[in-house]
Amino acid sequence: MSTDYILETQHLTKEFRGFTAVDGVNLKIVRGSIHALIGPNGAGKTTVFNLLTKFLPVTAGRIIYNGRDITAEKPAQIARRGVIRSFQISAVFPHLTVMENVRVALQRKLGTSFHFWKSDASLTHLNDRAMQLLDEVDLTRFADIETVALPYGRKRALEIATTLAVDPELMLLDEPTQGMGHEDVGRVVELIRKVSANRSVLMVEHNMSVVANLCDTITVLARGAVLAEGPYAEVSKNPQVLEAYVGSSEMEIV
Amino acid sequence: MDKRTKILYGILLAGAVIAPFVGGYPLFLMSALCFALFACAFNLLIGFTGLLSFGHAMFFGMAAYFCGHAAKVWGLTPELAVLIGTAGAAAMGYLVGWLAVRRQGIYFAMVTLALSQMVYFICVQAPFTGAEDGLQNVPRGKAFGLINLQSTPHDPLFGVIPVSDDIVMYYFVLALFLLGFGVIYRAIYSPFGQVLKSIRENEPRALSLGYDVDKYKLMAFVLSAALAGMAGALKALSVGAASLTDVSWQMSGEVVLMTLLGGMGTILGPVLGATTIITMQNYLAGFGSWVTIIMGVTFVVCVLAFRRGIVGEIAYRLKR
Repeated sequence: MSTDYILETQHLTKEFRGFTAVDGVNLKIVRGSIHALIGPNGAGKTTVFNLLTKFLPVTAGRIIYNGRDITAEKPAQIARRGVIRSFQISAVFPHLTVMENVRVALQRKLGTSFHFWKSDASLTHLNDRAMQLLDEVDLTRFADIETVALPYGRKRALEIATTLAVDPELMLLDEPTQGMGHEDVGRVVELIRKVSANRSVLMVEHNMSVVANLCDTITVLARGAVLAEGPYAEVSKNPQVLEAYVGSSEMEIV
Repeated sequence: MDKRTKILYGILLAGAVIAPFVGGYPLFLMSALCFALFACAFNLLIGFTGLLSFGHAMFFGMAAYFCGHAAKVWGLTPELAVLIGTAGAAAMGYLVGWLAVRRQGIYFAMVTLALSQMVYFICVQAPFTGAEDGLQNVPRGKAFGLINLQSTPHDPLFGVIPVSDDIVMYYFVLALFLLGFGVIYRAIYSPFGQVLKSIRENEPRALSLGYDVDKYKLMAFVLSAALAGMAGALKALSVGAASLTDVSWQMSGEVVLMTLLGGMGTILGPVLGATTIITMQNYLAGFGSWVTIIMGVTFVVCVLAFRRGIVGEIAYRLKR
């Protein structure tokens, strides 16, 4: 029986004026799994994200999502298909309230987003759903404050609530625990586990303990190419992987 | 809108209605309203979408020519002439916006500046603008073919209050200003406005949530251009002329100044900013070219002392 892949790349390549940032990467993300993309700095992890969401044009190769070739599509189209990404730095709308942040994501499905003649009171019926989503990430009591005032860890939680609002099939998380204290890391890991229940996740992550206890499959990138792939136990013993990380303090292979 | 805001708007509206009877020169008031609408339209882009257009004079000025031409050469009624000016500016806005929204930040500003310079030089050469002389003696005509806006003695109001043609024209301008202001207000507080604000706040994020940001920016650009055009058309009718000043880059700069001074991203800021600048230009006219220097100093002081602009600063203080 063949495995059901939600996303596949075939020989994905990105060149910047002679420099090959991503070099013939073949990724296969199993539907319903949490898949990690790791590698030393400059390995091309974020570039892969940018290619998958078409924030950067692809030089060569194909991206197949749900059996459909999406290589030629635009970022907004890909997002509407259900592939939603986050960013390395927190991606919130700082001068909207916490609740409005989530509601902006919800309102797209109403199809009234070009209606400049309508009152925004026509959006209030989305407030309940927005509050529900905020509740999932434990942010209800911050609903009415301006987002810029939230602490960093909370902003990342809000980002996840906003992403959930568009009900993605595949979430691409770029270093969701970066720059967080211990408690926040724990909270975000639990959150990712919770929200991944009926969707697929591809995440870039440096924190190996997070990767070890959260992810089903790990792909190691080095210099733009896939170095190893497999479950954590296997990959962490791979001599090539260990070598790639020698001298890098970021990674504690246990 | 909370109660306090409603009261404020009520007072402002009442003030605007009685202004010409309590010492406001109608011509001055009309020009203040036109520039206020121009600045509000501009603010929709810079304050609510995060786009700095440095060529908005092309919509203001070209609409003035369109409207002037329609009223003078085609002899259309003023409301139709304004409509033609507005529609013309909207069409130009579509073309310019279509090109400009592909670029971000300073490049966006440069594309708009470059295109507006092209428009300026076309205006210098084209026959219908009257080049250096401008389009003179634009008639105001009869609004809806009924209300004469020009130089006929009107019956005194209630038999006692004298009403000049300028005062009637003022109310025509005020009515259309309110219409334009209403459209902008509605757009800001609409589902569309919410998306614009999210684009202003974090464009890549809005894109990653599935919003085709370029389309939203283009729509905002066309709306802004159309209303800037409406302002220019009204200005052409109220002063009876359209000239190269209206399409010049200095005019594009002035609207930036008005908006920043009043407070970009606020609803009333551009109105106050425009009124302040127009007042200064009018009442300081005696200082000759020193006006520019006085305005420059005022602007620098404002930016340094309250960079949120006058209204922005007041709102900030009230919120704390």
